[in-house]
Amino acid sequence: MKEKKSVNIVSGKKIQEKYLRDEMMPHIFCNGCGLGNVLDYALWAIEKEGLDMDKTVFLSGIGCSSRIPGYIHADALHTTHGRALAFATGVKMANPDLNVIVFTGDGDCMGIGGNHFIHAVRRNLDITVIAVNNYIYGMTGGQVAPTTPEGHFATTSPYGNIEPPFNMSDMAKAAGATYVARWPVFKPHQPINSIREGLQNKGFSFIEMLSPCTTAYGRRNKFRRIEDLWAHYEEKTILAEDHDQIEKFGTQEERKALKDKIKIGVFHRETKKSLEQRYQELLEELK
Amino acid sequence: MIEVNEEYCKGCNLCILFCPRDALEESETLNKKGVHPPIEIDDRCNGCRLCELICPDFAIVVEEEDKKLTKKQQSKKCCV
Ligand SMILES: Cc1ncc(C[n+]2csc(CCOP(=O)(O)OP(=O)(O)O)c2C)c(N)n1
Ligand code: SF4
Ligand code: SF4
Ligand code: SF4
Ligand SMILES: [Mg+2]
Repeated sequence: MKEKKSVNIVSGKKIQEKYLRDEMMPHIFCNGCGLGNVLDYALWAIEKEGLDMDKTVFLSGIGCSSRIPGYIHADALHTTHGRALAFATGVKMANPDLNVIVFTGDGDCMGIGGNHFIHAVRRNLDITVIAVNNYIYGMTGGQVAPTTPEGHFATTSPYGNIEPPFNMSDMAKAAGATYVARWPVFKPHQPINSIREGLQNKGFSFIEMLSPCTTAYGRRNKFRRIEDLWAHYEEKTILAEDHDQIEKFGTQEERKALKDKIKIGVFHRETKKSLEQRYQELLEELK
Repeated sequence: MIEVNEEYCKGCNLCILFCPRDALEESETLNKKGVHPPIEIDDRCNGCRLCELICPDFAIVVEEEDKKLTKKQQSKKCCV
């Protein structure tokens, strides 16, 4: 899986010709939605890692974000809502030689699929999960999600969300993921590198992508223009390293301002036996 | 050189906003979706590929010959 080429010049043209199912293009995502970027960055990472598409399976649940695998020239399982990780467990355990990549949404992963999520992570299954966090149930028209920030608007929270949200990356880390990173889509190179690291990691890799949903989230939260919503992500996010420095050495005012910020960066790297490894060892032992 | 796939463009203008060299602008053409896809302004592009990466709709590719950048242009390469 992880064979590296020394020089592999990647271009957008090459990515499109090699990986995109052109009969499916242009894709269905709304104008200014970050999902196209998530797809693009994943393909860049895959190309740079030199993954064999005949040995790679994409899985997803239900939602706008879960439509991503449908645009890739490779085998894919578009499963039921929240269950992509259960199917992925089956795929990986049945054939550990396959590269397994899951696309999921904040609703799919943290809402209906929350239990599948914590257990797939706990087992340290060797898969790469790209979780699109757009703070909302996009596909069904913008209901509140377990990730919707407090005070933000959704069709089911017309006076502002009163529930505290889940932090997806913190959940992944707490449940035992061995690689955890969060990046916004307006930074292309960092998520490409993180997805590459995730693919190299022999364990559960979790890459949370902060992706603007222009239609279901943006409009309802007073981001009338696409650039306003994208700029909001730029204003809100702060590198984890910078965050920690300010926390330690910043003035009181600077530290106060951190409360409104979302940390981005690579949060966790760890080496642990994966579920397949443990299973193979057991089989050897029983021989 | 920038190549725009006009039929894929949804008109978000993110490419124009993100270009560090202000090398793109809205064209006069109206595509099927009723938007004006971007067009390159001569000689400004440094081939950084930011527009290609930031376009959510796979509507822009930077052509290969742009790899041969002058030293000066390369030093102006920018990333976010
Ligand atoms: C069992 C089941 N319950 C509910 C739905 C309706 N449904 C479809 S997509 C979705 C939410 C998807 O949200 P998210 O995973 O955040 O994806 P997004 O569209 O935001 O990318 C829901 C509730 C469903 N398809 N199946
Ligand atoms: S509804 Fe939101 S998440 Fe879904 S395609 Fe449109 S902008 Fe993207
Ligand atoms: S490649 Fe870079 S400089 Fe050239 S048009 Fe795109 S963003 Fe601008
Ligand atoms: S970023 Fe892409 S879709 Fe948006 S205006 Fe530019 S070419 Fe069109
Ligand atoms: Mg969502």
